[in-house]
Amino acid sequence: MHLLAQANTELLPLPQVDWRAIAPELALAAAGVVLLLVVAFRPKAGRGVLAGLTLAGLAVAAGLTAWNWDLSRVAFEGAVALDGITRYSRMVLLAVGALATLMVAQGDSREGEEDDTPPEVFPLLLFALLGMVLLAAASDLLVVFIALEILSLSLYVMAGESRRQAAQEAAMKYFLLGAFSSAFLLYGIALCYGATGTTNLLGIARASADPTSDGTLLLAGIGLLAVGFCFKVSAVPFHMWTPDVYQGTPTPVAAFMAAATKVAGFAVFLRVFSGALGGLVVSWRPVIAAVAAITMLVGAALAVVQTDLKRMLAYSSISHAGYLLVGVAAAATVPAGVSASMFYLLAYAFMVMGAFMVVQYVSRLGPAPEGSGEPEGGAPARPDPRERSSLDDYRGLARRHPWAAGLLAVFMLALTGIPPLSGFWAKYYVFLAGIEAGLTWLVVVAVISSVISAFFYLRVLAVAYLQEPVGDAGTASGRMPALGLALGLAGLLTVAIGLAPEALVSAARTAERILG
Amino acid sequence: MLLTATLFAPLVGALLVALVPKERVSLARWVALAASLATLGLGVVLAARFETGEAGFQLGMAADWVPAFGVSYRVGVDGVSLPLVLLTAVLTPLAIAGSWRMPDRPRSYLGLLLVLETAMLGVFVSLDLFLFYVFWEAVLVPAYFLIGSFGGQRRVYAAVKFFVYTLLGGLLMLVGIIALFWLHQKATGVPTFDYDTLRDFDKAPATQRWLFAAFFAAFAIKTPLWPLHTWLPDAYTEAPTTTTVLLAGVMSKLGVYGFLRFALPLFPDAAHWFQPVLLTLAVVGILYCALVATVQRDFKTLVAYSSVSHLGFIVLGIFAFNLQGLQGGVFYMVAHGLLIGGLFFVTGMLEERRGTRRIDQFGGLQQSVPRMAAVMLVITLGSVALPGLVGFVGEFLTLLGAFLENRVAAVLAALGVILGAVYLLWAYQRMWHGPLEREENRALPDLTGREWAILGPLVAAIIVLGLFPRPVLDRVEPSAQRVVEQTQASSP
Repeated sequence: MHLLAQANTELLPLPQVDWRAIAPELALAAAGVVLLLVVAFRPKAGRGVLAGLTLAGLAVAAGLTAWNWDLSRVAFEGAVALDGITRYSRMVLLAVGALATLMVAQGDSREGEEDDTPPEVFPLLLFALLGMVLLAAASDLLVVFIALEILSLSLYVMAGESRRQAAQEAAMKYFLLGAFSSAFLLYGIALCYGATGTTNLLGIARASADPTSDGTLLLAGIGLLAVGFCFKVSAVPFHMWTPDVYQGTPTPVAAFMAAATKVAGFAVFLRVFSGALGGLVVSWRPVIAAVAAITMLVGAALAVVQTDLKRMLAYSSISHAGYLLVGVAAAATVPAGVSASMFYLLAYAFMVMGAFMVVQYVSRLGPAPEGSGEPEGGAPARPDPRERSSLDDYRGLARRHPWAAGLLAVFMLALTGIPPLSGFWAKYYVFLAGIEAGLTWLVVVAVISSVISAFFYLRVLAVAYLQEPVGDAGTASGRMPALGLALGLAGLLTVAIGLAPEALVSAARTAERILG
Repeated sequence: MLLTATLFAPLVGALLVALVPKERVSLARWVALAASLATLGLGVVLAARFETGEAGFQLGMAADWVPAFGVSYRVGVDGVSLPLVLLTAVLTPLAIAGSWRMPDRPRSYLGLLLVLETAMLGVFVSLDLFLFYVFWEAVLVPAYFLIGSFGGQRRVYAAVKFFVYTLLGGLLMLVGIIALFWLHQKATGVPTFDYDTLRDFDKAPATQRWLFAAFFAAFAIKTPLWPLHTWLPDAYTEAPTTTTVLLAGVMSKLGVYGFLRFALPLFPDAAHWFQPVLLTLAVVGILYCALVATVQRDFKTLVAYSSVSHLGFIVLGIFAFNLQGLQGGVFYMVAHGLLIGGLFFVTGMLEERRGTRRIDQFGGLQQSVPRMAAVMLVITLGSVALPGLVGFVGEFLTLLGAFLENRVAAVLAALGVILGAVYLLWAYQRMWHGPLEREENRALPDLTGREWAILGPLVAAIIVLGLFPRPVLDRVEPSAQRVVEQTQASSP
């Protein structure tokens, strides 16, 4: 921290390079480059090889994260912070990345269809993760912006890496709105710099505590920052892109976006708002709390009327962003708010990944190879992904694929927050933090939203369990080893975290002290 | 340890049922029955080891679960919960025997019944508020699938309505539990959900009212109290009959048990403040549901409304805040479980034979199935509280307790007793007496051996406990007395 004094001098200081602090990022970048080269020079390399290499890269990054576990410091002139939030999010992000790799390895296409997730997705996945991991550690608004751009650009391409028209449309929409939000964020950063003379979070924290600084300018900056972050975590009213993008992109990419973007987005949300701007909590808490309330209610209410599971999951992820914002709103004054949000992200990431995995499983089953109700001639049965996750496809799933239906039930009940599954503890912890922070009204809103959300989660179960299968839909069966493994892991984690959350809660508690 | 074994035996049984291969339906049935009978056996051992004169919790067990949240696994029974544990253990094997001929996915059905048993037992024996909440919500999942997967025409609607209604109450209670936990932690620095600790912790009367209201939401919906009962006729009517037996026989007791165990001792001042509201709702519920029951055409719906009406007496007894009322309330819970279970079982048997539950489709059944008619007569008379049968003891004690506390409420509720006699006896008369007019009713088979095995124990219990209620009342009394003291402790 003594280095910070230098940062304020006129000269641009050359930061001391701390290789160890960014070792996981370096590993991810290296793995990404290697995969890019492999894809470029060995275009025939099998998916298994690529997935294996990706997993190896993730494993190295995870190992380096574990190596850095006890490290607690700011590096690069305070631009990168190694603290609880960093290591907790890194681990969750890498685990999410591994599950996404397995999903991509399985692919999103049915037999005989053109492949939907080309090999370039593997290196892009690694680059996106690099951005996310860096974002979780970023302690300077410029690093925040750079990390956000790394992850966004990778995701734009991933979303559009499909020949399907819907995917291209989704990618375009995501790109345009994302660029828009980046502009907001950048403007916010500029205003914050104008108000405080620094982009470093520690410096902003110090300046915001100074009564002589320009409060209005800083508040305007904070507002624009909030807009930028709310776009990324899809909080209402900046959620419009989410349903279209989740529905249009290939399922593995949608799952990755739903889980990992939230983790990274909320990590930085917590660090900037509850950490650096904690002194101004009276100014921003009412706004964030209001956004949280609207997000929870709108997300849940709009999910009720969806007839497409991916779209429904998108709205559900919006309402979950609302619960997480309760944690953010609480976090500035109550340390439990930070750990509650971190734990929520962990639980949520696996539940929502799991739900998307079931979507992928079912959409890959497709109609029976021949003689299904489809008219003759239409070669690929239903080529548009918009129609491949319709709730109707889940009718009677329990009778034909009891395991997939069972896992779907686990994920849906966990997302509803039924004990003793992981989502329940997550919700409980956020409620606890909210009540501790004196936001009881917000917790009551969260309860109402939970009850509304029970409608649509239960509707999925009702379709899968309580209705009879129609026609031949879903009678085809194929072996899906990678996806099966991923499903098993996500299900196991959801149940295990539910039965024994102790260790992970304790780990989340170590994240309560925000550095930088 | 013994209690823990009793609690989880059904769950283990459910896992075993799931492991039985799909084709071996008969084996699955026997495994399920064996698991539920083992639970009953453990329950009987539990009762035998129970110290009668003791008011506090016994045979308990405590272990850490999530120390980071102050959540622990803590269970125990006292005179209030033991009879309910036994009631659950008795009704579940009967429900499994009742589902013996169920053609549709018997493994799933029986497994879910067993999971439901563990969840309901857990509610009765939890001594940690958080654990209690976990079991409380866990009840929803098997019940949802039982109603929604195996029920009648409008099953999905009924299942979702039931789930969402109850979830709303449960989550509001969760907010209350968290607030209570947090207040205690703020005051003492100790994070705990322990029932005894939180009960003895001093709470300001105004705070108590809010917390009581949060708990009230959960219990009033689950019981259900008028006007929050609208989910119940749908759920009871649409659920398969043996599920309805468990829903009406045991699950309906969760709410009143919650009032007795949690709402009263935790928030005594608020309980007194809310007493007029509760007594009013109970009396209105008794009379309103009795009137609605009178005009039902479907016998199952009639019994469902009669169940709500009778539960009003239990609430009345509990909110009398005296020994007679509380003791009577607990006894009536057991009585109600046996009687309403019996009524639904007979309904199911009739439906199996005739494929209908409409009262006007029957008539003169006494001539074609005399044994069934005799059994039904005992159950019906028990339900209208004929002295000498089990219903009378509970109804008398609760009304006595209510009379000592609030005469108007007691007198009005007594009208409900008369109405109860009206609709039940009238229905009996229309279905079982009179000329045997319909051809279809002539050749009905009388009770089979399996049906005797189900109804026999119920009828025996209805008569024996009606004549000799002392063994139960003796065990209830010290604990009920303790609740009375705790409820009055801090009131002015």
